[in-house]
Amino acid sequence: MSMTKKSKLPMVGISKCPTGIQGLDEVTFGGLPRGRPTLVCGGAGCGKTLLGMEFLVRGATQYDEPGVFVSFEETAEELAHNVGSLGFEVDALIAQKKLAVDYVHIERSMVEEAGEYDLEALFVRLGQAVDSIRAKRVVLDSIESLFASLSNEAILRSELRRMFRWLKDRKLTAVVTGERGEGGLTRHGLEEYISDCVILLDHRVTETVFTRRLRVVKYRGSTHGTNEYPFLIDQDGISVLPLTSIDLKHAVSDERISTGIPALDSMLGGKGYFRGSSILISGTAGTGKTSVAAHFADAACARGERCIIFSFEESADQVTRNMRSIGINLGRWINKGLLQFHASRPTTFGLEMHLVKMHKIIRNFDPSIVVVDPVTGLIDSGTQAETRSMLLRLIDFLKQKQITALMTTLTGGAAAQEQTEVDISSLVDTWLLLRDIESGGERNRGIYILKSRGAAHSNQIREFLLTDRGVELRNVYLGETGLLTGSARVAQEAKDASQALLAEQEIETKKCALDRRRKAIEAQMDVLRLELETEEEESKRLVGLEQMKFRKWEQDRGKMAKSRAMNEGTRDRNARKRKSE
Amino acid sequence: MKTSAARAVRERKPSREPTWELRLYVAGQTAKSLLAFANLKRICEEHLGGRYQIEVVDLMKNPELAKGDQIFALPTLVRKLPEPVRKIIGDLSNTERVLVGLDLRPRA
Repeated sequence: MSMTKKSKLPMVGISKCPTGIQGLDEVTFGGLPRGRPTLVCGGAGCGKTLLGMEFLVRGATQYDEPGVFVSFEETAEELAHNVGSLGFEVDALIAQKKLAVDYVHIERSMVEEAGEYDLEALFVRLGQAVDSIRAKRVVLDSIESLFASLSNEAILRSELRRMFRWLKDRKLTAVVTGERGEGGLTRHGLEEYISDCVILLDHRVTETVFTRRLRVVKYRGSTHGTNEYPFLIDQDGISVLPLTSIDLKHAVSDERISTGIPALDSMLGGKGYFRGSSILISGTAGTGKTSVAAHFADAACARGERCIIFSFEESADQVTRNMRSIGINLGRWINKGLLQFHASRPTTFGLEMHLVKMHKIIRNFDPSIVVVDPVTGLIDSGTQAETRSMLLRLIDFLKQKQITALMTTLTGGAAAQEQTEVDISSLVDTWLLLRDIESGGERNRGIYILKSRGAAHSNQIREFLLTDRGVELRNVYLGETGLLTGSARVAQEAKDASQALLAEQEIETKKCALDRRRKAIEAQMDVLRLELETEEEESKRLVGLEQMKFRKWEQDRGKMAKSRAMNEGTRDRNARKRKSE
Repeated sequence: MKTSAARAVRERKPSREPTWELRLYVAGQTAKSLLAFANLKRICEEHLGGRYQIEVVDLMKNPELAKGDQIFALPTLVRKLPEPVRKIIGDLSNTERVLVGLDLRPRA
């Protein structure tokens, strides 16, 4: 996020000086009042000095505004050493004339006051340092220690007034630190002199958990965030979390992304979740919440998208191993740099700290998917109301960045299944419920969609199986006895199958019988045909015989006639013959 | 008082006691600095005889010198010698406190 273009709100009237500190410029809508002193107060160890130093370092490196650090408490070496661990190279900046450090050491036992004096020497020193590097920024840390060293408070007060006047006249943007006092913001009432902008730093321990907070107490001539904002000091300096000011204005996407489980996609209208939506998976222990989440992450990485898993219960290795057992290889995505695992115990930090850390990680990695497993783990680090507001902030933040968030939550016993412990259900867009279905002496898993905003979704309960090829969903058996799952379903399915088999066998038998009958009839028909043929043959033979007899008779008769005619005829013929001759 | 960057006022008296080295930081010729110098001169004459040496440093002319002796208030009198180093701030009009500051009188 760019800090410089953020300050569109109150540019009229007051010019602002961006601090470059992560989040602070958003809280102050652009930075500290330019050319004026700002009071930063807080108790010991709350980060005042660091804030001052970061203000100068960022000014010198990011905004080309050199700065002078006047330290009343630590020597230049100590200061450089202390902030060196935060990646600020004070010595290098001093060498480049972008930073000057002046350590004002006052040893009370060595100083005697005898008569009227002023603090002109301080002005001389500061003026000299400012001129030497053409400084635009000044930090006085902490000028209040003068009160401890000098007894003439009247002089001191008038000189402080003169000092702040002097800073303003020179148009220096100054950060003046002050120790938190009882009854007032600072122990010696510095807020009397610096009224343009006052920032209060605070740190407290609630139930053994340490949280830092920042509040802009007042900012003359400018609007500012009025809440307490948690902040973090880590290797990159300060990051303030400017979150509660978010309004519901985030862009929404119509794009759908796969859950990684085809059957679940089809339950969600065949398409899966909306991109940029928030998904809650709730369920009792061991119902497979992490597996569903892992599927989602796996599918995202397979599409080439980046994904972060915040794990509050298991280490990265443990999750990877466990997911391997159901056929999901998350390790390869980690190696490819698409998947980041951030495992920590919820109790390691305070809630706000978790949020700030998550914020930072998300901002650095810029993923398209974030998995929080489980959010209930965070309850341990805060009260319920805090957790809820934190999750709200997180969800809003992710929505703004169009990041799809999948959170798991552990629910208690059967009675409270539809009530998540942190009551975040109203904050999420899609809510999947994983539950145990107990029947027939078994505990089986069921999944259903409790809600899915803006998308058609199945109203059915599916049985949820964890196989070595991942999560599989089965239709549950709805019989006369109600919902059947697990082996009851398997038995019922077997029963159905055997009934089908029986029917099939019956048909087969009937078919066979018919076949046999046809064959028998056909055989009979053959016999008859044979008989017929035999009879035909016989009759043919008889006919032939008769015909033969007849022909014989005819022949015989012919012969007889011939022979008879021969006797007569021969004569005739002979006679005729002779006649003719 | 002439405001040279470093001007020594020396008055020697035969004595075995060591010479005091005093440095007075001022910023220009203000009423306070003139008063301080006059007061210092008087006190030295009264209590140190000639065994002292005063150097006046004008920070208007040499602002970089303020850092070295850790000067924050003006005027400031620094007792460089004898050691340990002592600082007295103010126009030195309270003689008692100057004497205490210079270890010429025990602390109350």
